[in-house]
Amino acid sequence: MIQLTVNGSVKTYDGDPAMPVLWYLRDLLELTGAKFGCGMGLCGACTVHVEGKATRSCVTNMSDVAGKKITTIEGLAANGDHPLQKAWREANVPQCGYCQAGQIMQAASLLAQTPKPTDREIEENMQGNICRCGTYQRIRQAVKMAAGVKA
Amino acid sequence: MKNQSITNESITVVHRRDFLGGVFSAGALVLGAGILPNVLSSDADAAPTADAAWQPSVYLGLEPDGRVIIIAHRSEMGTGIRTSLPMIVADELEADWKRVKIEQAIGDPKYGSQDTDGSESIRDFYDPMREAGASARMMLESAAAAKWGVPIAECRAKNHEVVHAKSGRKAGFGELVAAAAKQPVPKKEQLKFKSPAEYRYIGKNVPIADLDDILVGRATFGMDARMPGMVYASIEHPPVFGGKVKGYDDAEARKVRGVSKTLTVPGFTPPYGFQPLGGVAVIADNTWAAMQGRRKLKVDWEHGPNASFDSAVYKKTLQQTARKTCKVARNDGDVDAAFAKAAKIHEAEYYVPLLAHAAMEPLVAVAEFKNGKVEAWTSTQNPQAVQDTVAKAVGIKPADVTCHVTLLGGGFGRKSKPDYVAEAAILSKQLGKPVKVVWSREDDIQFDFYHAVAAMYMKAGTDQKGHPVAWLQRSVFPPIGSQDDVNAKYGTFELDMGWVDVPYELANFRAECGPADTHVRIGWMRSVANIPHAFAVQSFTDELAAAAGRDRVEYLLEVLGKSRTIDLRPPKERKGPDPYILDTARMRRVIEIAAEQSGWAKKKPGNGRALGIAVHRSFLTYVAEVVEVEVDSKGGIRIPRVDIAIDTGKVIHPDRVNAQLEGAAVFGTSVALMGEITAANGRVTQSNFNNYPVARMNEAPVATHVHIVPSSEPPAGVGEPGVPPMSPAICNAIFAATGKRIRELPIKKQLA
Repeated sequence: MIQLTVNGSVKTYDGDPAMPVLWYLRDLLELTGAKFGCGMGLCGACTVHVEGKATRSCVTNMSDVAGKKITTIEGLAANGDHPLQKAWREANVPQCGYCQAGQIMQAASLLAQTPKPTDREIEENMQGNICRCGTYQRIRQAVKMAAGVKA
Repeated sequence: MKNQSITNESITVVHRRDFLGGVFSAGALVLGAGILPNVLSSDADAAPTADAAWQPSVYLGLEPDGRVIIIAHRSEMGTGIRTSLPMIVADELEADWKRVKIEQAIGDPKYGSQDTDGSESIRDFYDPMREAGASARMMLESAAAAKWGVPIAECRAKNHEVVHAKSGRKAGFGELVAAAAKQPVPKKEQLKFKSPAEYRYIGKNVPIADLDDILVGRATFGMDARMPGMVYASIEHPPVFGGKVKGYDDAEARKVRGVSKTLTVPGFTPPYGFQPLGGVAVIADNTWAAMQGRRKLKVDWEHGPNASFDSAVYKKTLQQTARKTCKVARNDGDVDAAFAKAAKIHEAEYYVPLLAHAAMEPLVAVAEFKNGKVEAWTSTQNPQAVQDTVAKAVGIKPADVTCHVTLLGGGFGRKSKPDYVAEAAILSKQLGKPVKVVWSREDDIQFDFYHAVAAMYMKAGTDQKGHPVAWLQRSVFPPIGSQDDVNAKYGTFELDMGWVDVPYELANFRAECGPADTHVRIGWMRSVANIPHAFAVQSFTDELAAAAGRDRVEYLLEVLGKSRTIDLRPPKERKGPDPYILDTARMRRVIEIAAEQSGWAKKKPGNGRALGIAVHRSFLTYVAEVVEVEVDSKGGIRIPRVDIAIDTGKVIHPDRVNAQLEGAAVFGTSVALMGEITAANGRVTQSNFNNYPVARMNEAPVATHVHIVPSSEPPAGVGEPGVPPMSPAICNAIFAATGKRIRELPIKKQLA
């Protein structure tokens, strides 16, 4: 039996401890904000926070999150008003939108640790998140807007 | 891919009250605009007698409570079309965007084409959308005029109400709906459109309809769709194209917790079309269990004739074919005679490999077969193809397939081909419950309808000044026509994509096409054959400019020649003016703008840094791109800046045009730098983003500047035309920076 907290509510899980967190969230809890993209931690679409830190949920097993706090895009901010969500809105970042939850969760983790990132820090931190539509330029712009650093 | 403009639009009132299962209330005024031949009655009192005769492309509903409901019948895969088309309707209607509700259409032939590809949505539906909006506005104005007993000319719709300026009377759209429904529908020639100065939304940057939902993880993609009682399936496909299941052992697979069953999915009957590939499905109560069970399957395959397919050998075959005379696709003047007289002969060969689409959302579909009918939820670019393909796969009529279209996590052409939806329907029919089929990334990359590999041979004869006097080009690639014809060896419409339509002013020009066999599924990918063709033509032009010691921009403009129009339609189809006639003045203008905006004249190459230019017209849109590259001492490439000039006619949503071009620059960078699918022993070698990389933030252009040419020409394509010039512009810049000419993609480690 694994106990964990998802977006503030306590959950218990008694399935296969090797199940990746992504599928627990998506198929069992029906929290579908985190997306399946590669299953190998290569694209970042599945990014959630474990204890506040960006984590690839597709390669993180349920046994690894016992007793831990998970935050998904659905729980990032009460009204979708996280500074990054506001900046994303302002810059009209998404095209298809599929990777964007992962991008925002990755960026939120970055800003929590590095409130005023440099261009290089943004690049290093965000390069694990693929956007096939190619919204990188606007992601960079939105991260800077949210951080209050010059574009 | 169509060049014809759509005519015969007409508008009529729709009387079906149960339209789309209750999207509209009983009191709603619903209008449809037809784009197919004129079968509609414009008499409001004559209800359409048969649905079969009713072929509208767009529906607009006005509700008595004031809401305006606009049906989005094209698929949203990131272009913003679910916003841009409704904007046109809302603008002509003078609707308040905040009171507009957008409903996604199910698949139904009554909408006309829903096949969202070929960068066609705005091009084909701009006029029908305006007409639908203007018709409804005029009916509301007539209703208000009648109500107040004043001349219609004195009543103007403005921001969701009709105003009579003289008396100051106003009436909201909602309160006028019932009366408006009794007004005659204006005839097409009576329609009055707003002037561009009056536009409320067209030309403005309205946030995309799904923006807020996307940002909080609430938007529904195919991957997020579910049906009550559904089970999950992961399918082991034949590793070799055309292979079949001989037998299999599922003992270990069934031991996986959550796995309930395994089933065989039958293979296809050639030609492959959109049919499923076949294989063995593992059924489970969650996605992960199905995938785990599948890894434990032991399948005995009959690999079939493609088991010896080796892409390295195949590449040589294509290249050899391109070195000999092939089938002539266009022939002007006498190329051979001109070669004999030329001062100098130049030859070069170019190559672009197989490419995979790799949209972020792997293929996925939920379907339920029940009582001889299928209901499906899926990310598809073409819900009517879903109806046809699923119907054939489970032996029912297309009309008995209901296809709900979710948001697409990218498409790029792959999601026009609904083999994955047919898989879900086939499994549901066998299991008697809804089934969700989820493809892994490995499935997505190994079982694609690949962008065709192409080998191209180029030959030019130049005069003393280095100007071309004769030009020969051959393109050899497996055709998309192999989907429907087992004997297809030659490209057809692919040749219209940057091959026979080269707009250079050359007295002696010959374009040829060579034959190629097909060993994997071939399909269209974002800008299709324009990718290899622009790469060859624009690289070769740059080579000739370099050989002549000329400035690349000046040389390009010189080869393009004097400003003139070129009618590309076959002589038989040249009836009336072509609104999309190729105009070399427009091509010249985008070249000049891209050069000017990039600082071409001022930025001279140095320190591994240089600019490269390429121009290409595709999907009726002119795009010139100047790419700045920086090559480091280890051969690493960075792209600090891209300048894109685009002439796409009238623009509805400038910000989404910018976004599509920014994205095309990244997509084109992936093609140029890293995209490559290879095969050995009939099996595709690549499997995930580790060995089929796509551009990441640190590899993508840092800043793409888009320069839209203001135009009142008819709207053309936007989603694709930004891709083709990217790889030649990058490679031309690399040559300018390093002296190394790239003739084969991807660049990968060629500079190391």
